[in-house]
Parts: sequence; C-alpha cells; structure tokens
Amino acid sequence: MTDVAADELERRIIVATQGGLPLVPDPWGAVAGELGIPPEELLARIGSMLERGVIRRIGAVPNHYAIGYTANGMSVWDIDDAAIEAVGEWLGALSAVTHCYRRPRRLPDWPYNLFAMVHGRSHDAVREQIEDIAARLESRFPATCRARDVLFSSAILKKTGLRIRDAG
Amino acid sequence: MSGRRTPADGPVALDDIDRALINALQGDFPLSRQPFAEVGLRLGLTEEEVLVRLQRLLDARVLTRFGPMFQIERIGGAFCLAAMSVPDDVFEHVAAQVNAFAEVAHNYRRVHALNMWFVLATERPDGIADCAGRIEAATGLPVFLFPKEREYFVEMKLEA
Repeated sequence: MTDVAADELERRIIVATQGGLPLVPDPWGAVAGELGIPPEELLARIGSMLERGVIRRIGAVPNHYAIGYTANGMSVWDIDDAAIEAVGEWLGALSAVTHCYRRPRRLPDWPYNLFAMVHGRSHDAVREQIEDIAARLESRFPATCRARDVLFSSAILKKTGLRIRDAG
Repeated sequence: MSGRRTPADGPVALDDIDRALINALQGDFPLSRQPFAEVGLRLGLTEEEVLVRLQRLLDARVLTRFGPMFQIERIGGAFCLAAMSVPDDVFEHVAAQVNAFAEVAHNYRRVHALNMWFVLATERPDGIADCAGRIEAATGLPVFLFPKEREYFVEMKLEA
C-alpha cells in the first residue's frame, strides 16, 4: 500500500515543488540537484506519482479572474438522496461545470448536498447557465431538486495551494 | 494581502501568445531535461521566450503558480471545504487570522450568510478537525466543515 503515507523522497519532492518549479531551462535537473538525487530518479518518481494520482497534473494554474473568468459561481443544490448519484454524474459531466461534489448538509442552515462550480465571464452569464442547468435537471430528473442557490465570490482572500511542512 | 486580486481589478491584457502558452501549459508538462524547449517547439517559440513569458505571467499574477498539483489524499492527507459566517465589521481581521493558518490553501469571500469559504489541506485526515478547532479558538466563530463525500468530476483547465 503506497497509498497510506508518502515515503521520505516523495515528501521531499512535494516540499521542494509545492511552491512551483524553478523557471530555468532544466527545472527537473535543478530540483534533483536540490534534493541530491540523479535527475533520472526524480523524473521516474514524478512519473510514478502522476500515474498513481499523487500528482494530479503538472503545469500552470491560472488566476481565473485574470484570464477573464471574472464570475465564479458556486451553485449548490438540495437533491433527493435517492437520486444524488445519478444527478451528480449528470451535472458533473456538463461542460459549464468545472468541479462537482457531494457534501454533507448542515441542517437547518444549509440544506444543500451537491456543489457544482460554474465559471463564466460575467455574473449574468453564470446565472443564465445555472438557470439552464436547473431547467434541464428538472426535465431529466423531475422533482429531485428541492432547493438551490448560487454563491458568487467577491474576493480571493488567499490562493497559495497546498503547503506541507518541511520537517517530516 | 499584496497577492489579492479582486473582481474589480478586471482581466489582465493578454496577447494570443500568452493565451496559447497558458492553454498549452495546463497539463502534460514534459518530464524531460528541456521541457520548456519542448513546449516552445509546439508553439513556435524559443525556450527563452517561453521562460520569459511565463515569468511575466506569474509576476502579473495571471498564473498563481507553475508546477505539480498534488492530491494529498493519495498520500494519506486530506482536503476539506469549510465555511464561516463572519460579521462585516471584523471581516478583514478574521480573514487575516484564517489566512495565517498554513493549512488554509485558498480562501474566497462569497455573497451569502456563510461569507467566507476556504479549503483546508492537512497531512493527516484527523488534522482537518484539529485545524478547524484551532480556527474556531482563534476567531471565536464556528467553522462548518463540508468534506467531499463523492467527487463527480474535476476539470481544472480553463481556456484563456
């Protein structure tokens, strides 16, 4: 079970790269040098981490405001528990939706059990997409959605991503 | 927070090469000794042009980072969405308190009674409840945890 805990090398790789890769012609060589291992060993290990899903992907993380997706709406839905899996799969596959999760309700304040993030170039565009989704949901899964809401972000307060500590 | 960008800042002006570069760099970064040269080759850019543009996009915060994105669950860690209802008159203060926790990976203000939504990332699953407890102690406000019970889809690429 490699799933349970990161071995020491993977832990060190995460610590060395979680802030980003160095912008130099040979970034993997630079990271390998910092870790004191041969570049080939680092590349093989990174490949394995990608294969096992420890690394989801490698690349650029855009600030969605800066690239024009100024509206980010967290749509939330109260879906009948009996239908949640089917509705979740369907909703998650829609191209307008970038993330889709089932989460616990926090009654009485929070009745919603399905979260779907919708990004767009304006609040109106996002609202329109969500209205369209709601109409299609109702026709495909009648009476399974009891309530819904959308929470727009008004500021990014922090966006550093994952940080694990250096001392293992 | 100097790194903060709000909707009021509006989009940054990007040219077609910037957009092509951002789109090309959202996955499949080469595991090789000259990855930026390879990316450049696909786009008709030199290695140096790729590096210079990438640095500029990071400096302008068009990109928040460049590198591997980890799924900490796969190595025994945990992510959890959390929310708080923060009174407006102390919002900035509480945001600074919450953001001071290294476990807070990102944090958004949202228009709702629950107006602060953040993600906790910890190295052990039990670290989530522990961190939420420490945030409650620091701020004097309840933290609602929304652990993911099921992930239906994740597509983190956004076309620039």
